[in-house]
Amino acid sequence: MKLRVNPIACTGHGVCAELLPELIELDPWGYPLLADAPVPADLLDLARRAVAACPTLALLTGDSGVASPAGVRRGGRHASRA
Amino acid sequence: MSTSIEIARRGVPRLLAGLSYHHPTDLAKHLRIYGPLPAMRRRFIDVVDASGLTGRGGAGFPTGRKMRSVAVGRGGKVVVANGCEGEPASSKDRLLLTRLPHLVLDGIVTAATAVGADDAYLCVHEHETYLLEGLDCAVAERRDPVRITVAGVPGRYVASEQSSLVQYLTGGPAKPTYSPPRPHERGVRGRPTLVNNVETLAHLALIARHGDRWFRSAGLLAAPGSMLATVSGAVYRPGVYEIEAGTSIGEVVACAGGPAEPLQALLVGGYFGAWLPADVAWPVPMTHAALKAAGGALGAGMVIALPASSCLLAETARVVRYLAGETAGQCGPCVFGLPALADAMTGLAYHGGRGRVLGQLARLLPLVERRGACRHPDGVTQLIRSALRTAAGDARRHDQAGPCRGMLREPLLPLPGDD
Repeated sequence: MKLRVNPIACTGHGVCAELLPELIELDPWGYPLLADAPVPADLLDLARRAVAACPTLALLTGDSGVASPAGVRRGGRHASRA
Repeated sequence: MSTSIEIARRGVPRLLAGLSYHHPTDLAKHLRIYGPLPAMRRRFIDVVDASGLTGRGGAGFPTGRKMRSVAVGRGGKVVVANGCEGEPASSKDRLLLTRLPHLVLDGIVTAATAVGADDAYLCVHEHETYLLEGLDCAVAERRDPVRITVAGVPGRYVASEQSSLVQYLTGGPAKPTYSPPRPHERGVRGRPTLVNNVETLAHLALIARHGDRWFRSAGLLAAPGSMLATVSGAVYRPGVYEIEAGTSIGEVVACAGGPAEPLQALLVGGYFGAWLPADVAWPVPMTHAALKAAGGALGAGMVIALPASSCLLAETARVVRYLAGETAGQCGPCVFGLPALADAMTGLAYHGGRGRVLGQLARLLPLVERRGACRHPDGVTQLIRSALRTAAGDARRHDQAGPCRGMLREPLLPLPGDD
């Protein structure tokens, strides 16, 4: 499992960095910087808790979110390149 | 050099064959010059695949593959022709839409028929009322099997990003959305949507007439066909030129009359592109692959020639300030990061850096990169990185000692509202 953030939904509450400092730190403006690696097994529960606690539902796991069936494979963060 | 210019001009004009400098080409003249649009052949998408046409809006994605991803979707499809041309340094889309509207409309009909769409939108900026009126007239002249709506969209830079257009045409704000889903999966009103640049569609109109082998007879094996390039800056005849894909940047500048004064650098690909030193850029072919390898980007085919006596950093700072103001205001790193980058670049260019700004920029750039929903912030960082690379010596002198005499010159890079 990998974490990603929907940057449009994120308003920088910072709850995620409080709950999961091992994988998430905040930039100078208070928005989360995610570790670019799969969540280690021993942090899975904490990661799920951080996802559930996000007040704007902006923190997502790689296999959830607004994705349509065809889209979940990508799990990427940035929008179309066309 | 002269023989290579002949090679560059061998297969063109194609799109611009019917160009008149005084009037839009009306339907009768359009049909006389380009011939009638033939009835759609079966498996036309295979022909597009074989032609090797790639998107001319900046991303360079294979058009056939994009069409197929829409065609296989369920239900009615939608075609969106992107004629917004948000890039201030590009004029090619406006040239096509004002002078050769029927070529673009033929392309829309071709694409719509091929993917199974009965609805199409042609998007231009809403404040360009003469363009909206002209296109409405052109649509009214025709009897098309597809309903084409000319739509005005807000004039902001990010409004013409493809997910912005889709959201706007569905009734939402003209701002990028977080993807997936991508437009070909769920686009306008939830239907599979093909979003193409208007030049790409104009090429489709000619491929429908002449086929894939004809298309490939110009350009390179790896980058076939012709393309429109907008050349500006310190050249004798700035303007839009149709060139064969793979023509070198030096030849493109030569098409525009050559350098009007000694050149320092070229900004290739517009404000989402990159600076290249003039001597490095000169032999590089105008293809996505070659420019990427040289540390640049083709974008939508803009080439801006910067004279030796201009300050590259001041020009860049001004554009970065403009782009920072063009954020959609949705993603934190873009909302806060771009103004911080603009402040740092302005400080470096106009006030000197007191030895600190280069380090500050090096810390800021990674905090912005790949952290927005669209590529707007990434375009800005690419421009800044290329400026610091191309004018590395200047940047150090600015940081240590202060601004140079180049900033006394009138700014060269065009921004909306300049004129």
